Amino acid sequence: MARVLLFGRLADQAGWRDRVVEAVSLASLRDVLAAADPSLAEALSGPGVQVAVDKAIVRGEAPLAAGSEVAFLPPMSGG
Amino acid sequence: MTTLPSITLTAQAFEPGALLTTFCAGRDETGAVASFVGLARAERGQARVLELEAYPGFTDAAIADFAEQAKARFGLHDYRIVHRVGQIAPGEAIVFVATAAAHRRAAFEACDFLMDWLKSRAPFWKKEHGPDGERWIEPTARDRTDAERWD
Repeated sequence: MARVLLFGRLADQAGWRDRVVEAVSLASLRDVLAAADPSLAEALSGPGVQVAVDKAIVRGEAPLAAGSEVAFLPPMSGG
Repeated sequence: MTTLPSITLTAQAFEPGALLTTFCAGRDETGAVASFVGLARAERGQARVLELEAYPGFTDAAIADFAEQAKARFGLHDYRIVHRVGQIAPGEAIVFVATAAAHRRAAFEACDFLMDWLKSRAPFWKKEHGPDGERWIEPTARDRTDAERWD
């Protein structure tokens, strides 16, 4: 189980910002999200979108421990 | 003095003068304090409300990490950063930065350095609610080139 957080335009597009998903890796998490909402999955892989696992940016694939927090971060605007 | 937080993200309006007074209190080795206050602009009615989203625990950690770099780079005694999140009305303060150093040049430059980074690279997501609806906004080219002055 992973807790998925969406920020900025990604949350607006999805219509949610916080959801628990059954997944053991980032790849399986993307698959679960794609099955529910293909256009969201495409946006989550889009240019400039970064992924943080437990608040640390990861690049590429990563395993997910039970209770991991996965955040999809669109390009940051600054304050 | 060191028990006060250095970085605060808050959904509540804040009073910059009170923050500066507190920051300046009880110093006897600091020769210079520089501060900056950013206010939300109305953009001639184009932006009624600004909304800033942060990722708690991530955004504040990123700001802390960068501020510690600034502290080392400019030899600051310390700093104070307060940043609004949530909905911000025109005229309200969005950001307060204060820097303390032995001499003014370091305090001024560190304040400028911190603001350039906060405006262009800090992990916030910004939305404008205006008369024609809402839109997400990204850093301007000017924000980026301001930040690159220090690279």
